[in-house]
Amino acid sequence: MALKPVTFTLNGEDKAAFTEDGQNLLDLLRRGVGDLSPKYGCGQGTCGACTVLIDGEPQLSCLVLGEAAQGRRIETAAGLGGAALHPLQDAFMERFAAQCGYCTPGMLMAAKALLDRNPRPGREEVIEAIAGNLCRCTGYEPIIAAILDVAEGRKRA
Amino acid sequence: MAVTVESHATLGEAARALGSGATYLGGGTIVMRDLNAGLVQGRVVRSTDPALTQIRPMGDGIEIGAGVTMAAIAAHPDLGFLHPVVRAVGGPQVRNMATIGGNLFAAHPYGDLAGALLALGARVTIAGGMQRPVEDVLRDRARVGLVAAIQVPRPRDARAFGFRKVSRVKPKGVSLMSFAALLPREGGRLRGVRIACVGLGPAPLRSPAAERALEGGTLDAATIARAAQLVTDGLDPPTDALASAWYRREVAGVHLRRLLEGML
Ligand SMILES: Cc1cc2nc3c(=O)[nH]c(=O)nc-3n(C[C@H](O)[C@H](O)[C@H](O)COP(=O)(O)OP(=O)(O)OC[C@H]3O[C@@H](n4cnc5c(N)ncnc54)[C@H](O)[C@@H]3O)c2cc1C
Ligand code: FES
Ligand code: FES
Repeated sequence: MALKPVTFTLNGEDKAAFTEDGQNLLDLLRRGVGDLSPKYGCGQGTCGACTVLIDGEPQLSCLVLGEAAQGRRIETAAGLGGAALHPLQDAFMERFAAQCGYCTPGMLMAAKALLDRNPRPGREEVIEAIAGNLCRCTGYEPIIAAILDVAEGRKRA
Repeated sequence: MAVTVESHATLGEAARALGSGATYLGGGTIVMRDLNAGLVQGRVVRSTDPALTQIRPMGDGIEIGAGVTMAAIAAHPDLGFLHPVVRAVGGPQVRNMATIGGNLFAAHPYGDLAGALLALGARVTIAGGMQRPVEDVLRDRARVGLVAAIQVPRPRDARAFGFRKVSRVKPKGVSLMSFAALLPREGGRLRGVRIACVGLGPAPLRSPAAERALEGGTLDAATIARAAQLVTDGLDPPTDALASAWYRREVAGVHLRRLLEGML
C-alpha cells in the first residue's frame, strides 16, 4: 500500500506524517501522530466522538481522508488546556458533564466551535451545536449547563 | 483488494480518471463510511478543483458547485430559500462536510436537498458541460457520471416554495419522509406546481397525483385536502427500520397537508 506524505498543523504545531491510501484522519491523528484525544466510536458519522476542528469548523475525523488534512489547521481536545484548563473543561468538571468521558473530547470541540463563532449562544443554539454528538451517560443536561456556564460568563479563563 | 486514492486538480481530469469502476469521493459522509467498513475497494477519485465549491448568480437562478457543503449554502445570503432545507440535514459536523453533489446520489432515507432541487426544477451540469434536468439524474443515478454543478432557479416569491422534513429524532434525525413544494401563482391560480417526496421511493420522486390535484386550482383547504389524499398514488413507499410502507402511506397526506397549509 502506498504511503503519502502529509503536513498540517495540530493544535498550532507543525506535523508531518505518512498516510496510507484510504486511511481516515482519526486514525492518522491517533496512530500517525499520537494524539489520542479524538475517539473512535462508530466510524460512521453517527456518534461525534471523533469531532475535530478543521480550519475552525467541526468535522468528523472518521469521515475525512487523512490526506485531505494536507495544509489544514487541525484542533483537537488535546490542545484545549495550557497551563490551566480551558474554561469549557473547567465547566464540564464542575457540572459533572463527563461520566465515562468517551464523548467528552468531541463534545468539547463541538462546543468550542460554537463559542468561537458565537460567544453568547442561547440554550437552543447549544442544543443544535451538540446535536451531532451522542452521549450515553449524562442525559445531555449537564453538558448543556456546562456550555451555558461559559457562554453566560459564569466560567472564565 | 486494496484502496488507492487519486486526487485530481481539475474536474475534467477527475472525470476521465473516474471511468468505470472507480468511486468518486465528494464530502465523504457516505463513501467514507463504506470505505471504513471495507465496502469500498479499488480506485477512489477526488478532485481539488476550486470550481467545485463556487456559488454564483446565473440568469434567473444560482449555480452551485457540486462540492458546495450544506453549511456553505446555509451561510449564503442569496440562497435563503434553501436554508430551511440544508439546516435540516444531519448535525453541524455533517453539514460542514456533506455536499450538494453527494446528496443527489444519497440512497434512501437520505436526499432531503435533492428533493428540494427536484421541486425547484433544478438542472445538473455534468463534467464536460452536458446539462440534464435533475429528475433524469435521480431516475438513473448509476449512469450519471461526474456532476460539476447544479443550476437552481430562484422561486418567484418566498411563498412559492416550501419544505417539510419529518423525523423521529430531533434535531438531526434522518427523514422518515420529507416534502418540497413549488407553488407558483398566476392571477390567483396555481401554475407549474411541483411536489417532491423523499422517503416514499428508492430516490426522491415527484407526486404526479398531488400535482394534478393542485395544478390550475386555487390554494384552499379543499384543494389541499385532495392533494394530500392522493399524494402516494402511483408511488411505492419502502418498508425499513424507521417505518413500514403502510405507515408511510397513512401519514404522507397529513404531512403534505401541513406543509401546504403553511404556504397559504
Ligand atoms: C450522521 C449523518 C446524518 C445524515 N443526515 C442526513 C439528512 O438528514 N439528510 C440527508 O439528505 N442526508 C443525510 N446524511 C447523508 C449525507 O451526509 C448527505 O446525503 C450528503 O449530502 C452526501 O454528500 P457527500 O458529499 O458527503 O457524499 P459522498 O459520501 O462523498 O458521496 C455519496 C455518493 O455520491 C457520489 N458523488 C458525490 N459527489 C458527486 C459528484 N459531484 N458527481 C457524481 N457523484 C458524486 C459518490 O460517488 C457516492 O456514490 C447523513 C449522513 C450522516 C453520516
Ligand atoms: S467515530 Fe466518527 S462519528 Fe463516530
Ligand atoms: S459521558 Fe459517557 S458517553 Fe458521554
